[in-house]
Amino acid sequence: MAGEKMTMNDNHSALIHQTAFTADHCLKCNICTAACPVAPLTPLFPGPKTVGPQAQRLREPGQPSPDHAVEYCSGCGICTLVCPHGVRVMEINTQAKAQMTETHGMSLRNWFLSRNELWGRLGTPFAPLMNFGVRSRLLRWLAERIFGISARGPLPGWAGYTFRGWWNKQLKRYPRPEPDGDANRVVYFHGCSSNTYEPHIAQTAVAVLERIGLHVEIPPQTCCGLPAQSNGDFTAARRYARTNIKALVGYARRGIPIVGTSASCMTAIKGDYEHVLGLDDADARLVAANTYDFMEFLWKLHAEGRLPLDFQPLERELPYHAPCQLKAHGMGRPALDVLDLVPGLRVWEIDADCCGIAGTYGYKAEKREIAEGVGWPIAEQVYEVGADTVVCDTETCRWQITSLTGTTTIHPVQLVAEAYGISLENYRPPVVSKAPAESPVAQKGW
Amino acid sequence: MATTAVDVLVIGGGATGAAAAYDLARRGVRVLLAEQRDLSTGTSGRYHGLLHSGGRYAVRDPETARECILENRVLRRIAPFAIEDTGGLFVATALDPPDFPQQWVTGCAEAGIPTEKLTPGQAREHEPTLATDITAVYRVPDGSCDSFDLVHVFVNAMRLFGGDALIYHRVRALLREGDAVVGAELEDTRTGEVRTVHAACVLNAAGPWAGVVAGLAGLDVRIRFDRGAMIAMNTRWVNTVVNRLRPAADGDILVPVGTVCVLGTTSVHTDRPDDNTIENWEVNKILAEADAVVPGIRAGRALRAWSGVRPLYEPPEAGHDDAVGRAVKRTFSVIDHVERDDVRGLVTVVGGKLTTCRLMGEQAADVVCAQLDMDKPGTTADEALPVPAAPSRRYHQLDHRLRQLEHGELAGELICECEMVTRRQLEDAIAAYGDQPVQLDDLRRDLRLGMGPCQAGFCSYRAAGILQQMHGTSGQEAVRALADFVNERFRGVQPLLWGHGLRQFYLDEVIYRRTLGLDKLSWDADAEGDGAGDDAGIEGADGFTL
Repeated sequence: MAGEKMTMNDNHSALIHQTAFTADHCLKCNICTAACPVAPLTPLFPGPKTVGPQAQRLREPGQPSPDHAVEYCSGCGICTLVCPHGVRVMEINTQAKAQMTETHGMSLRNWFLSRNELWGRLGTPFAPLMNFGVRSRLLRWLAERIFGISARGPLPGWAGYTFRGWWNKQLKRYPRPEPDGDANRVVYFHGCSSNTYEPHIAQTAVAVLERIGLHVEIPPQTCCGLPAQSNGDFTAARRYARTNIKALVGYARRGIPIVGTSASCMTAIKGDYEHVLGLDDADARLVAANTYDFMEFLWKLHAEGRLPLDFQPLERELPYHAPCQLKAHGMGRPALDVLDLVPGLRVWEIDADCCGIAGTYGYKAEKREIAEGVGWPIAEQVYEVGADTVVCDTETCRWQITSLTGTTTIHPVQLVAEAYGISLENYRPPVVSKAPAESPVAQKGW
Repeated sequence: MATTAVDVLVIGGGATGAAAAYDLARRGVRVLLAEQRDLSTGTSGRYHGLLHSGGRYAVRDPETARECILENRVLRRIAPFAIEDTGGLFVATALDPPDFPQQWVTGCAEAGIPTEKLTPGQAREHEPTLATDITAVYRVPDGSCDSFDLVHVFVNAMRLFGGDALIYHRVRALLREGDAVVGAELEDTRTGEVRTVHAACVLNAAGPWAGVVAGLAGLDVRIRFDRGAMIAMNTRWVNTVVNRLRPAADGDILVPVGTVCVLGTTSVHTDRPDDNTIENWEVNKILAEADAVVPGIRAGRALRAWSGVRPLYEPPEAGHDDAVGRAVKRTFSVIDHVERDDVRGLVTVVGGKLTTCRLMGEQAADVVCAQLDMDKPGTTADEALPVPAAPSRRYHQLDHRLRQLEHGELAGELICECEMVTRRQLEDAIAAYGDQPVQLDDLRRDLRLGMGPCQAGFCSYRAAGILQQMHGTSGQEAVRALADFVNERFRGVQPLLWGHGLRQFYLDEVIYRRTLGLDKLSWDADAEGDGAGDDAGIEGADGFTL
């Protein structure tokens, strides 16, 4: 393991549930290999079974993995999802990548791709310049030749302002009253993308939460660590993870739910911190247990009867792609469930495993073609119906789908906001009347 | 009937016979080794893989302890390619006698075994799966040793010195002339062909069968058969040999060997040299004892169980007639039948440990040479064994095959996916047998085919097809070979049918019974089925039982 030693759980029977030991469960049935979207597209990747549980038996503990083929695992996690026996195939692969990064060091390109949090912050003041850069064919061509960052990879643009900056202004202009107790509080985890590249999604999410009547808290936070983790930099990934756990655990202890609009960030916090990075202490578990994907949270509110259903009808029919990282939550398709509550709105799921981008994988020049091949079924189905907008929960997937199909891509929360009639223009929080817990008459004993 | 003449015929292709044959060949003796099955298929192949530091015998059997530590160093020097320097730990738990560690440390010091005391914390940092309640830990120079590699290298080196080996040759009779043994009749167990070998001396290194071989000359060598069971766990739970620091008892050791972790052993008196049964209590006992040192291990996946027979021997003059099992010392004996029985031309070597096989071979060769009136000393400890030319196995280097695959050194599609055996490797291995008959089980020993978690569930039919194509055998023979192999693989799984093993077994059963219909295929109309019906597993009309 890079950096930090795996901590053993006091409960020793938990040992066999640790990621490496789940290789024990493999029956060689090949279900994962059959489901893998990458293996059929390149001879360079022999499939999840081979580089996962099988290779795991041949890896010298504490020694680097000698099989670089594992680099071609995109980390989409479909193997882990489909394994009927509980082998954490993707997690085993990711740990093997980390061991390799530890020995061979990290390429400048991978380091660059795993620091999106930094680029988001640094680029914001220079947004027009940066946006010119990522759209310049010459510069992108050079970046591909020099660094190996694909010229076709759908890099985002900088918004020129941050969501956090907007939120701080909001709080100054319209101070929100502190609610009594924690029952109606919610923590919003925006992630890097919604802070600097797509702040409108974070703004929409907060507006929806406030429309529902919740008090939104946005503690300081950093990158979820997933890009660093995918690139094998566990030291950085754990550093990010620790920072977030520290920032969030206080809320988790109070039972305040933590929600986020990036399904991949939420997967990292919910599962990868423990199963990939090996952070299995009480704080990490508590944060994971209190973390929800945004649409999952809305569906939970609905189940509790707390989601206002005064939606305006939206007469639209839209395709939806469930990102792999969302599938990894093992929670069904809450976005479809919630959007189904909106009158007139028909959202259908595209039949595709993965869009191919898999976080930073599809930005790597040598993997770009594989990423496009994996995502191609999405393009075919979108073309077939002639849709102009695709709904999807994760940012890099949306950018990939846009690049594959030329359509606009939106987060499901944007449809929810539309159905609630929320406008971000001159946004001000709705007046939330604080209903007394009991009749004031009864309270005063009248 | 073919007739050959050599100086010495060595009977037994285990570690002792191979070491002795090599030793003799180095001294310039013309030597022929005969093995009734394949090399290293008896006790030497059915062992736990431990290269002893001697610590295990330090208290009760100081002579063996001393031999072990000396030979441990010799083997590391002459056969480094067969040994993984895992190091070893002796670990006492709260359940173990608290005064034993002190005795043990003294015993080790007297035997010359270096020990280093660790705190439980240091030990757990090194081996994080160790229990939290361990009370004392010492480090010793244990290792793990691949007996297949070692025996093969002994035999290959012997060939370089002009010796030869015959496998699948059983001794049918020893030739006697008056009070001398002058050779043997060997029968090829595959073809039934018989050949006569004249030899000035016969070295009986037949392990548990040493009594049977001596019996062929009308001599009485009483071997005590002591059966021990072992279980291989699917993954390496520890990377250091872990011994229990207590007086020797069942389930004392965990040995990381290649991809697996071998747990052992038991000690059960038996009256057959080929008794390879495993009783349920042995499996439970071994897992429970290992679980005390590495908690959780009994819930892990057990891959295969096997048992081997220790050929124990104490010369009658030692006066321990009533000693059984662990009470019998693990020292070895070289019986000069001239001295004992006034019969020339026969020497028997018996007892000992795999770790001391070279020493046993050397001392047996000394006695043989004395009978041949040679006084050339053994030199096997002086020079390293030749590194195998085609290191196809080298499995103690865990990542070797991954590295080969990565560098494109293993061409062709994967046949055995678990152990990463490719088509090319398999074809080369089959070709190496020339026109000799070859069984899938031989290829298993050569390549580790079918030794992974699925226990040949997916590779055996592929390998059987390739073998059939290359050897042009009939379909019936191919089916029979497949069934034999699958049955042999499943035999080792049967004692472990719960949890993951049971799931795997069920999947494999579906492949062989429902997809391939192996139980329905008939390859020999005359063969008798044992008619137990379907409930015991796969049961073909022709005895394909599973």
